[in-house]
Amino acid sequence: MRELFGRPACLTDEPFLYCPGCSHGIAHRLVAEAIDRLGIRGRTVCVSSIGCSVRCWRNFDLDVVQGAHGRGLAVATGLKRAQPDKVIFTYQGDGDLAAIGMGETIHAAARGEAITVIFINNAVFGATGGQLAPTTLVGQVTSTYPGGRDPSWVGWPIRVAELLAQLPATAYIAREALTTPQRVLRARRAVQLAFEVQIKGQGFALVELLAACPPNLKLDPVQALNWVETKMIPHYPLGQLKPAKGAAR
Amino acid sequence: MQEPTRRVLMKGNEAIGEAAIRAGCRFYFGYPITPQNELLEYMASHLPAAGGVFLQSESELAGISMLYGAAAAGKRAMVSSSSPGISLMQEGISYLASAELPALIVNISRGGPGLGRIAPAQSDYLQATKGGGHGDYNILVLAPASVQEMADLTVLAFELADAYRVPAMVLGDGIVGQMMEPVALPPPVTELPPKPWAATGCEGRPRNLILSAPYTDAELVELNRRLQRKYAAIRAREQRAECVLMDDAELGIVAFGIAARLALAAADNLRERGYRVGVIRPVTLWPFPETAFRAYPAVRAYLTVEMNEGQMVQDVRLAVNGAVPVHFLGQGGGYVPPVDAIEEQALAILEGGLAR
Repeated sequence: MRELFGRPACLTDEPFLYCPGCSHGIAHRLVAEAIDRLGIRGRTVCVSSIGCSVRCWRNFDLDVVQGAHGRGLAVATGLKRAQPDKVIFTYQGDGDLAAIGMGETIHAAARGEAITVIFINNAVFGATGGQLAPTTLVGQVTSTYPGGRDPSWVGWPIRVAELLAQLPATAYIAREALTTPQRVLRARRAVQLAFEVQIKGQGFALVELLAACPPNLKLDPVQALNWVETKMIPHYPLGQLKPAKGAAR
Repeated sequence: MQEPTRRVLMKGNEAIGEAAIRAGCRFYFGYPITPQNELLEYMASHLPAAGGVFLQSESELAGISMLYGAAAAGKRAMVSSSSPGISLMQEGISYLASAELPALIVNISRGGPGLGRIAPAQSDYLQATKGGGHGDYNILVLAPASVQEMADLTVLAFELADAYRVPAMVLGDGIVGQMMEPVALPPPVTELPPKPWAATGCEGRPRNLILSAPYTDAELVELNRRLQRKYAAIRAREQRAECVLMDDAELGIVAFGIAARLALAAADNLRERGYRVGVIRPVTLWPFPETAFRAYPAVRAYLTVEMNEGQMVQDVRLAVNGAVPVHFLGQGGGYVPPVDAIEEQALAILEGGLAR
């Protein structure tokens, strides 16, 4: 009998502990599928971040190193420099990567560390209960700015992918969304490409995945996906901000 | 005929670098700060030739996390900094302790608080020996008093860190860091201990997890219990102190690092004048060598001499536990206690009848 669909080999049988409608489960699966397809499970190390995905080690059946909040790309730098033949990836949310960890992020990208970054942007601090993130949209209501994000007070949301794409040592920067089956298939290709770029030694690769956080948006799962489609994508355009060398665009 | 030991003239900071390379350290991360820049630069110019990786980090926060990554990969690795930079590293040191990762942190300390100034000081004693960051943990702290010890204690710090899976610190100051002395360099280490727990990819084995946060409350309690059992074992086995002229001493001067050499000069001078004075020099600041204080029943008072406002004196008082008075001489902000000031205060205690 031929298996048409199943759990990827590098996901454990632990259930996801994420909220209904959360996009982390899909993102985890895309990462696991890419590692399986490339046959690199035995030489891959995951660096987890702090936030909702702090326990992604329960789900990724891989060697996992848990770094401090925001320091994922510094930890990954140490891991990669210590064992350049291994595949190192970080899995980070927007608070971790773009607020407290922006320094580590920019400098790892500027050095061109051969690391794959899976960046989950859901425009809010999830684990702590819906506070303003660097990626929170203008006017978006959060628990720390209940009147909505006012740019004259807290500034504008940061477009991380565009920011990093300018740096000469980044090899592949893309943004996709986890809202519809079609977009998930595009995201799947982008995630795999971000690992291939590392395996080829081309440099720093980041895929930003626009994700839904229904409880903190105070929306049901379908409404939350619709919110990502209609509010986030206009501010965070999808596609390859910096295409990888030798790959299909 | 025996070969004479070959000694070379080096700065203390450089001796740490050379000893680290000989101890098998191949990964160094650091950010410039005075008075430890010679170490950063020594590693920049010597580590690549030894097949290692030197990386100047964008901050101390990043540097200590790079160390965390290299240590998680099972490598001998180090960072170095000075007081304000070490404060920034406390986050990562707490994480290293929680994840039970062996690593070396060098603090060539300077006067504080805040930015302070670059004059030598011992004002980081409490930060170093009481954990320094958040949570219940300790790190090994070794305090060299000479360029020779800068080399020897660097090797020992790596060995103990690996043996117990704890972070270790070499705590020096601007004097031992900058001064030059002859040093007999340690032989290169040819074999490092295996680290089957390292995150190297799970090929052919169950996966390895390097975690700072356990999954449940009960597991965090268990982690704390395990750490405390390990710390108890370190306290029982790894206390080190140099005790000089102490056998018949009535007054024991207690000092670490460069201050201990000044204390010893004062003790020598007082001995010449017939006073029974000795020196206890803690070499491990954590674990504090408290057993040394039980070995000399003739002692009727202690004088603790420090280049700070009175930090180690707290541990001396705990070790003595009220049995005899413990006096203090010291000052923060870059003060180096003159030998005659130590003699003067020692004499006042001796001639005051070693008052209780």
